[in-house]
Amino acid sequence: MSVPSLEVDSLAFAYPDGHQALFGVSLSVARGERVALLGPNGAGKTTLVLHLNGILTGGVGSVRVAGLPVRKDTLLEIRRRVGIVFQDPDDQLFMPTVRDDVAFGPANLGLSGSELDDRVHLALSQVGMEKYADRPPHHLSFGQRRRVAVATVLAMGPEILVLDEPSSNLDPAARRELAEVLLSLDVTILMVTHDLPYALELCPRSVVLSEGVIAADAPTRDLLLDADLLAQHRLELPFGFDPATAPLPGRR
Amino acid sequence: MGAGHVHQLYRHGHSPVHRLPAHVKVVALLAFVVIVVATPREAFWAFGVYAALLAIVAVVARVPGRFILTRMVVEIPFVVFALLLPFLAAGERVDVLGVSVSLEGLLAGWNILAKGTLGVVASILLAATTDARALLLALQKLRVPSVLVEITSFMVRYADVITAEMRRMKIARESRAFRGNSLKVVATSAGALFIRSYERGERVHLAMLSRGYSGQLPVLEVQQAPPAQWAAAGLLPLTALAVSITAWMTL
Repeated sequence: MSVPSLEVDSLAFAYPDGHQALFGVSLSVARGERVALLGPNGAGKTTLVLHLNGILTGGVGSVRVAGLPVRKDTLLEIRRRVGIVFQDPDDQLFMPTVRDDVAFGPANLGLSGSELDDRVHLALSQVGMEKYADRPPHHLSFGQRRRVAVATVLAMGPEILVLDEPSSNLDPAARRELAEVLLSLDVTILMVTHDLPYALELCPRSVVLSEGVIAADAPTRDLLLDADLLAQHRLELPFGFDPATAPLPGRR
Repeated sequence: MGAGHVHQLYRHGHSPVHRLPAHVKVVALLAFVVIVVATPREAFWAFGVYAALLAIVAVVARVPGRFILTRMVVEIPFVVFALLLPFLAAGERVDVLGVSVSLEGLLAGWNILAKGTLGVVASILLAATTDARALLLALQKLRVPSVLVEITSFMVRYADVITAEMRRMKIARESRAFRGNSLKVVATSAGALFIRSYERGERVHLAMLSRGYSGQLPVLEVQQAPPAQWAAAGLLPLTALAVSITAWMTL
């Protein structure tokens, strides 16, 4: 078996103000797996995500990405390997044009010239946005901006794609388009979400993070059928949604 | 969201002036402004020639006069100051239309008005023929300190985002029957907007770090200008230089 894409081992973290967000989180994600990270607001999901690429450090425990430990001297390589797509695309897209923004990451890694152009083109075509390369980000629709945000990290050739609430603020069509893009990618995915149908559609496996610990780790459908578990962690299925009968497209 | 879609200063086109590389235009503008400022104020004819030169540039660039005029409002505070000078300054007095004014003030006011207006019009022409991104790359190429270029770049990118946020806050206020009659509410909103923008800045920084940002934006594009383009852009400042030198000699 190959090295897991992500290995989090007994990670604990308290903010400088004393608020403890993580109490020993352990999680392993195999290469090519798509895992949903579920949990109520304030469960520590964002704190965990910011540990994955070393924005937050200094707690107890360890994080390894494809075998490489997250440390000060490995940060650049770690940030190449872990592609985080943040919730608000306006935070992620800060360059004057889509092309410049997608080029930002790989250029920081030292790419230039035609190699850089190829990367940018490939990443934009993976999310179906190659026609918009010269547009300023603020002229795009929200769904388009989110897809460009995905391209900005794909361009770095990541080992694992981490998405923070990818379906938030998307209309149903944009939501479906993003799902199609994500299912077409050959990359490990960790998706933070409250959107349980989206988790079921995209991720065969889910873990529940609650009060700073992993409270459950199971196949997504089994987990969503456990009404007691969901209620215990403030997770709720949308009205009328039955995970037992929902079809599962795109499963590998 | 309505306005904001095209930057109001930029006017899309394919004229010869549009096609010149941005850094060449920036250098030409800077040289022109310096020459104008260095021209003696008593050489009234010289300023007429400068204005004619700019008019030629505007025609070549296909920028209509109306477009330039409406963008000249930024100059109004200076115009007011220049118009007041003849009445406020001391020294020898002369009669203009039956009103006694200071000769020194009249000349000083004219000096500010003429040179300021020429500078503003030249800048409007640059902005009208060069999009914001090209201007930023030009500044980078001209070795303007990268911190300044980055700050400007973020301003260009986020001006619309923050304006949209401000508009949403205004709509939300008015939806609860606020009619703009309390300064305190407006001040509080401004404070909230500042905090939101500050927090957004922090999130943007996080997103940048996550993609390997290490303190300097990568230089993305190296544009070269052939000598012919330098020569074309040089026409304006060089003609102006000849005018300025003549003005000094004939003084």
